[in-house]
Amino acid sequence: MTLEQLGVGETGIVKEFTDLEMSVKLMEMGCLPGESVRVSRIAPLGDPIAIHVSGYQLSLRRFEASTIILQ
Amino acid sequence: MKADIRVALVGNPNTGKSTLFNALTGLNQKIGNFPGVTVDKKIGYTQLPDGRRAEIIDLPGTYSLYPKSRDESIVFSVLAEKATELTPDLIVVILDATNLKRNLLLYTQVADLKIPVIIALNMIDLSKKAGIDIDINKLAEKLGVPIIPVSARKIEGIGELKTAISYANKFALQQESIDVCALAPGIIESISKEIDTDNSYFALQLAHQHETLKFLTPAQSDRIEELEKEHGFHSQKAQASETIARYNYINDLLYDTVKTPVTAHDESISNKIDKVLTHKVFGFIIFMGILLFMFQSIFAWSEYPMSLIEDLFVWIEGGLRTILPAGPLVSLLIDGVVAGLSGVMVFIPQIAILFAFISVLEDTGYMSRVTFMMDKIMRKVGLNGKSVVPLIGGFACAVPSIMSTRTIENWKDRMITIMVTPLVACSARLPVYTLLIALVVPNRNVWWIFNLQGLALTGMYVLSLVSAVVVAYVMKFILKSRERGYFIMELPVYRMPRWNNVLFSMYERSKTFVLEAGKVIIAVSVILWVLSSYGPGNRFVNIEKKYEQPQYTKTMTPDSLIRVISTEKLENSYAGVLGHVIEPVIKPLGFDWKIGIALITSFAAREVFVGTMATIYSVEGDADRIDSVQDKMRNAKNPNTGGPVFTLAVAFSLMMFYAFAMQCASTVAVVYRETKDWRWPAAQFVYMTALAYGAAFLVYNLLK
Repeated sequence: MTLEQLGVGETGIVKEFTDLEMSVKLMEMGCLPGESVRVSRIAPLGDPIAIHVSGYQLSLRRFEASTIILQ
Repeated sequence: MKADIRVALVGNPNTGKSTLFNALTGLNQKIGNFPGVTVDKKIGYTQLPDGRRAEIIDLPGTYSLYPKSRDESIVFSVLAEKATELTPDLIVVILDATNLKRNLLLYTQVADLKIPVIIALNMIDLSKKAGIDIDINKLAEKLGVPIIPVSARKIEGIGELKTAISYANKFALQQESIDVCALAPGIIESISKEIDTDNSYFALQLAHQHETLKFLTPAQSDRIEELEKEHGFHSQKAQASETIARYNYINDLLYDTVKTPVTAHDESISNKIDKVLTHKVFGFIIFMGILLFMFQSIFAWSEYPMSLIEDLFVWIEGGLRTILPAGPLVSLLIDGVVAGLSGVMVFIPQIAILFAFISVLEDTGYMSRVTFMMDKIMRKVGLNGKSVVPLIGGFACAVPSIMSTRTIENWKDRMITIMVTPLVACSARLPVYTLLIALVVPNRNVWWIFNLQGLALTGMYVLSLVSAVVVAYVMKFILKSRERGYFIMELPVYRMPRWNNVLFSMYERSKTFVLEAGKVIIAVSVILWVLSSYGPGNRFVNIEKKYEQPQYTKTMTPDSLIRVISTEKLENSYAGVLGHVIEPVIKPLGFDWKIGIALITSFAAREVFVGTMATIYSVEGDADRIDSVQDKMRNAKNPNTGGPVFTLAVAFSLMMFYAFAMQCASTVAVVYRETKDWRWPAAQFVYMTALAYGAAFLVYNLLK
């Protein structure tokens, strides 16, 4: 499953990425394989979403979240 | 100013870098631009304990040396380019103690460039509060660099940081982090030979970034490109493996130096605030409330200081007129330069107030929530969540709003926002609209409660917002961007605003506007002064001679004589001649040459329309009083038809023209200043004028 499919409050562990370009940016921001991510909230209009990763809050669009495959 | 040592500040966004910069340098700073880009170059000076003077450069915040935006690409080029006036002797890397892991990524990249570096460990007070236990000595030992704990916000540890800067080595002593050569062995060696460097990481960065680096010659860049093909170098794959290697190193580093409790205390408070501020219903209500308050304040609070500034200039003009003898040079000084200066200064209150708000919104972390909430709607029309603030600010004035688009990181989104912001009905259009609406729209109610004039005015405001959105949507397809639109953005923890930063930001923005946009505005004012105070041949002399004859001097009061002369002079000036020249072009819109003069002079600022109308129609008494101008305009007769000049069709056509046309020298100047390319304001001028012409033509022919 991908990060996009998680609901608010649910946690997953990053396994790999489907988009190389995006993965470079995500990894720089601390979103690495093996790292645990939790969906902390979803924007009022349903997109983007906010996740909790490596000690801080990161927001990304649903499309971007769908490139992150969870274990 | 000569400095003994040059220090560059580098760090992630939201680490308090600007606050530390302000704490180090105080008011002793100046702002310029990095060559060729619109990134603020902030340079300040500080006295070190050993008496030496340090020059401090604040570089844009970035998460890594691989740039995601044009701003961020500055960081590597400043650090890497040798022997320029910006090349640092020492780098101070600012790390957020509450988020060391992610912050250390940038540190390890910077350290590998082998420039002397020290670490300022900021927010040490917050990390202690959150229960994060950092063994600073051990970490410093493992990294091989001094670590100075500071709290920039509380101005703690600044003295120690200055001492560390003064003791800093001339040579880089930091430990190796990762095996850089293993990442891309062949190409690093080849580039090192080609460029003659012994720094492997520098060579690797050149492989990634050579296309955008200005200090490489085209031949060098082409050669690197060839080497990349030869070695089968893949930039993104190499970046990915580098980032993973660095995080592995960082994990080892932090394993026995940092202990973090399971949940950080600060985050939970932030979480509670977020539940309200990004709530499905309350989130939007609160945001609308804040926007409304901002908008109201820019109007209300700036009114008094603006009139003070205007009065001051009226006083200066009056003073100059009594001291200096009348003549063309004095007129140039007073009606051209001083009037232009007054037109610049009068914007300061609005700019200062808008930036006070923006600075608070950014500092507290609320701005990124605005982006978070609005992204979905704004993206549909080619804008960005952060475009909301400039667009709404545009109701007050496009000038500060366009300056505020710097908060938009994405280049394309920012350009579209800059291009459409002047369409929003700014306060300078208000006098034009009220004058024209009162002239042709009857003051009565429809459907019991709606006043017709009020409806017309509301319609103009709604039209402005709709047109901005539609134009943005069209531009989304026209503008090509090489940058891919990302939305990977940190939502920083909520913090109290730093009032010092707010004051700095108000001061800086006003100063930048006066110094940079001011030049253009004064130049335009002087040109307009020449156009309206000189005429071809000896027309002006003839007018004066004509009114010296007894049939005028005997029958008219001196006041009305002066008025009639100035009307006739304006009609015969170059501006008047231009009005006649453009008459065939504006005739299809229902405008005559007199309106043409007003269109030309309005280029300085839209509200000049009222004053020009007053001069053209020789309004008696106080020309600033709108009612007297109105009476004259109402009675103006069209010589061809015998009917009034300002019919419903003409008035609305004129309003359409003012709604869409780019008649504001200040906006043109500020768009140039923000884009650093004359093609942007030129394109904006052309598309807005075309839109204005089309809309006015349509409305005139529909209502005729």
